[in-house]
Amino acid sequence: MIEIALIIGFACFSLALVLNLYRLAKGPGIADRVLALDTMVINGIAILILYGMWEGTAVYFEAALLFAMVGFISTVAYCKFILRGDIIE
Amino acid sequence: MALTLIVLLPFVGALLPGLMIRAGRNGCALATGAVTLLAFVLLMSQAPAVFAGEVVHARWEWLPAIGLDANFFLDGLGFLFAGLILGIGLLIITYARFYLSRNDPMGQFYTYLLLFQGAMVGIVLCDNILLLLIFWELTSLSSFLLIGYWKHLPEGRQGARMALAVTGMGGLAMIAGMLILGEIAGSYDLSTILQEGEAIRASQWYVPALILILLGCFTKSAQFPFHFWLPHAMAAPTPVSAYLHSATMVKAGIFLMARLWPVLAGTDWWFYIVATTGLFTMVMAAWIALFKDDLKGLLAFSTVSHLALITFLFGLGTPIAAVAGVFHIINHASFKAALFMTAGIIDHETGTRDIKKLGGLMVLMPITMTIATLAALSMAGVPLLNGFLTKEMMLHEALHTEWAGVPWLLGAAAVVGAIFSVAYSFRYIAHVFLGPKRDDYPHHPHDPPFGMYLPPLILIVPVVLIGLFPAAVAGPLVAVAADAVTGGNLPDYHLAIWHGFNLTLVSSLAALALGAFLLWRHRQANAVRLSVPRPEAKRIFETLVDGAAAGARLFTDGLHNGSLRRYLAVMIGACILAGATAFLNASHAPGGRELTHVPIITLLAWAVLIGACVTIVIFHRQRLLTLVIVGVVGMLVSLGFVYLSAPDLALTQISVEVVTVILLLLALNFLPKQTPRDSGTGRRLRDGLLAGLGGLGVGGIIYAVMTRDFTTISDFHLAQSKPGGGGTNVVNVILVDFRGFDTFGEIIVLGIAALAIYALLDGALNGPAVKRLRSWVPDQERARDRHPMMLVVATRVMLPLSLMVGLFIFLRGHNEPGGGFIAGLVVAIAFLMQYMASGFGWAERRMKIDYHLLIGWGVLAAGFTGVGAWIAGRPFLTSDFAHVHLPVFGDFELATAMAFDVGVFLTVVGSVMVALANLSRLARVTEGPISDDPMDVDPQRRGPGTGMPDAAHTGKAEG
Repeated sequence: MIEIALIIGFACFSLALVLNLYRLAKGPGIADRVLALDTMVINGIAILILYGMWEGTAVYFEAALLFAMVGFISTVAYCKFILRGDIIE
Repeated sequence: MALTLIVLLPFVGALLPGLMIRAGRNGCALATGAVTLLAFVLLMSQAPAVFAGEVVHARWEWLPAIGLDANFFLDGLGFLFAGLILGIGLLIITYARFYLSRNDPMGQFYTYLLLFQGAMVGIVLCDNILLLLIFWELTSLSSFLLIGYWKHLPEGRQGARMALAVTGMGGLAMIAGMLILGEIAGSYDLSTILQEGEAIRASQWYVPALILILLGCFTKSAQFPFHFWLPHAMAAPTPVSAYLHSATMVKAGIFLMARLWPVLAGTDWWFYIVATTGLFTMVMAAWIALFKDDLKGLLAFSTVSHLALITFLFGLGTPIAAVAGVFHIINHASFKAALFMTAGIIDHETGTRDIKKLGGLMVLMPITMTIATLAALSMAGVPLLNGFLTKEMMLHEALHTEWAGVPWLLGAAAVVGAIFSVAYSFRYIAHVFLGPKRDDYPHHPHDPPFGMYLPPLILIVPVVLIGLFPAAVAGPLVAVAADAVTGGNLPDYHLAIWHGFNLTLVSSLAALALGAFLLWRHRQANAVRLSVPRPEAKRIFETLVDGAAAGARLFTDGLHNGSLRRYLAVMIGACILAGATAFLNASHAPGGRELTHVPIITLLAWAVLIGACVTIVIFHRQRLLTLVIVGVVGMLVSLGFVYLSAPDLALTQISVEVVTVILLLLALNFLPKQTPRDSGTGRRLRDGLLAGLGGLGVGGIIYAVMTRDFTTISDFHLAQSKPGGGGTNVVNVILVDFRGFDTFGEIIVLGIAALAIYALLDGALNGPAVKRLRSWVPDQERARDRHPMMLVVATRVMLPLSLMVGLFIFLRGHNEPGGGFIAGLVVAIAFLMQYMASGFGWAERRMKIDYHLLIGWGVLAAGFTGVGAWIAGRPFLTSDFAHVHLPVFGDFELATAMAFDVGVFLTVVGSVMVALANLSRLARVTEGPISDDPMDVDPQRRGPGTGMPDAAHTGKAEG
């Protein structure tokens, strides 16, 4: 049962990744692209967690945790750059 | 031991003058003199052994693996030279004290002098030709400093450069020659090489080795065609000229010829190269010296001539000629150093060294006149002075040796050289001291203070004594030194003034008479000189140097003109060529490994990665966008690491990505947001082709490797990780334990890099760049809210959580994925968040950590952990671990590697923060003072429109 759920989960998030790439390439604005990247990171986290469940190990948990914790900082930095140009002022 | 000390003393003592100059010029000179005196006394304490025929050895293994040992030995030749270097050095130190003016930095001078002295003593005492090469180069470098001592004189700098270029080039040739010599002999130890004369002369490599070594000797000893640097080096202060160019440096080449005489001499090659060069240089330089109006120029060319005389004597290859050569080394050093010093005195007292402006100094400077006259007469070879004895011996050898079947050629040339020599020596007396007294000297000449004429006076004593009683005064020294030169085959000879009325005496007296006549007809002789073409050596040298520089520039620019595209194209093109050559000339077979199954999600991630790369290529001119897509690539690479079972790498990659993005955004702020289009279609096609081929090649190689089974070291590490390093996370154990020394080096490099960023930016912010920064106008519209409240609140909440995660990752690093490096990055990011949210000024005031110190502490902590192993009597960085049991926490393990990891952690935090904080300083220069508030909005104030962000700009600021 859980395997089917995992496969469906994989399928959804993988599709999401591809759609993110489409948005990244298409744009049109830089903000859209930053958002695409941010969403991509979130999808990546999801895939990591699913993969850990699939393999039955907790080793990947830290990577997911770190992604979640610091991944958004790049997004913040991009946004601050777009807003102000200077990210540490 | 005493030998090593003699060599080391001047080097160690070189620290003294710089300190002692604070105690005044006398203190400085005394300290320098004391160092040299001590070395001299040590040398003299070995004299009984040397005169008893012993060879004193001191051996110390340095790098035995490459045959480089700090071995020293003292025989007669080494004793003679070391005595000259230290003895005359002592006189020069005294002389320089009075010669240098108050404006000259005396401490510097004596430091250079001692460095030079140490290098020279090293050359003459060392027993290892590799060590000799080191000292040889040291003399080139230290003499460069000495010749260019008067930095304000362009002639001084040019002369120093020329001397360094010529002698340095010779030194390079000599390195090759010495290596060949060592290979033939099977050892780099001189004492061994000296025993292998037969084998070396019989070797087919003898001629190349001989020519290369002679290149070194001839450049150093200023033999034709390399003689031109010595006169230009006369721009140095006179003590330097007297020391380097009479007694020591230029004699290094002579010394080496004497030292290797038993090995290299005695063949036709040796005779025709060395003797011919020597004789030709002797005549030519003597002729030029005759017409030099500069006193030091005259002496410089006369030095070239006399060095050539010694070269000629060694070149003859007979033991008796070698004895004469050794004897002339002593004689020349004494009278030439004295002459240089008198030239310096005349320059010092009259204000000029131009012979045309001098004359009639006899009554004004009687003491100087006496010293100079005796020395010059000796140089001319007048009987009862020491120069006469060796000139006789030289003429005798020249008259009785035939050259290519012509019996009279060498003799005739030697007599001609002697005539010129007499003429310029007499000129030094006649045109300077004799003649009517003049009243147009630049200064009022008078004899110098006692301390200044004492050194040349001391040197005149041996000139006269050896001249009168050669066998008694110089006999024993010449005997032991010549014994060493001839390798124990000392011929039957006796040093005496009177050898009977013979051809030699006749030609010697004829030379004196004809020399005097030539001086009388100096004007006519000069007319003859001016009528023949005279190549200007300096111009030729400069043309050669300029040509070489232009050639090198052409070659470098052709490969690498500063354009990254060109550089990459050359590099990748070369790789492709090399790879293709290898690929097309070998057989190929597919790897035998079975391909693994590819799940669809992996395929998808791979497709996204490719898609992101293609997108970068399309949008690469929009820099911000490129940066965003690079983020995608980084994320996918991190996922790839996880997928391929490398969680440590994944954690590192994730944190490095963030730091990279912040770093690049900080830089991008001041850079154009668009890359200009600057390559045409043709070039883009070329670059695309190269990139495609290169990528295919690398992919092919990786495919070939991964489809084959290969042995790896991983299994060993996996097996040893727990028993050897006490941790189950093999990556971390490798980093902090197995390869801890590498990591130690790497964190030092990391710290240096961060400090270099600080230094560079600090320099830039204090330089002209500040003006540009102040007038810099942001090239994009800016939102008004600098510190959005949401971000501020979120980062505050995140800070303790992030620090907790950092600590967690650090602590578990030894057994599970994590470790000091990742933890350092995580903590640095946690700090950076605060800087980004509330601004640099606000965060800086609340952050009580000095990041520079943090780097230092990190490196120290790691270093001390390594040193700790010494206390346990084990090598640096040997780790240890123990299992500890605590009531509540249960079993856990303490490893010294943990302390090392703390060092890594601190260095990483410090380096990241120093680098990024300093980059952000650039932006702060462009703006005015910033408020101390954590955010622009004050949440306690109520009411509409209080500085809320104007979101209208956000959509427009697209790259």
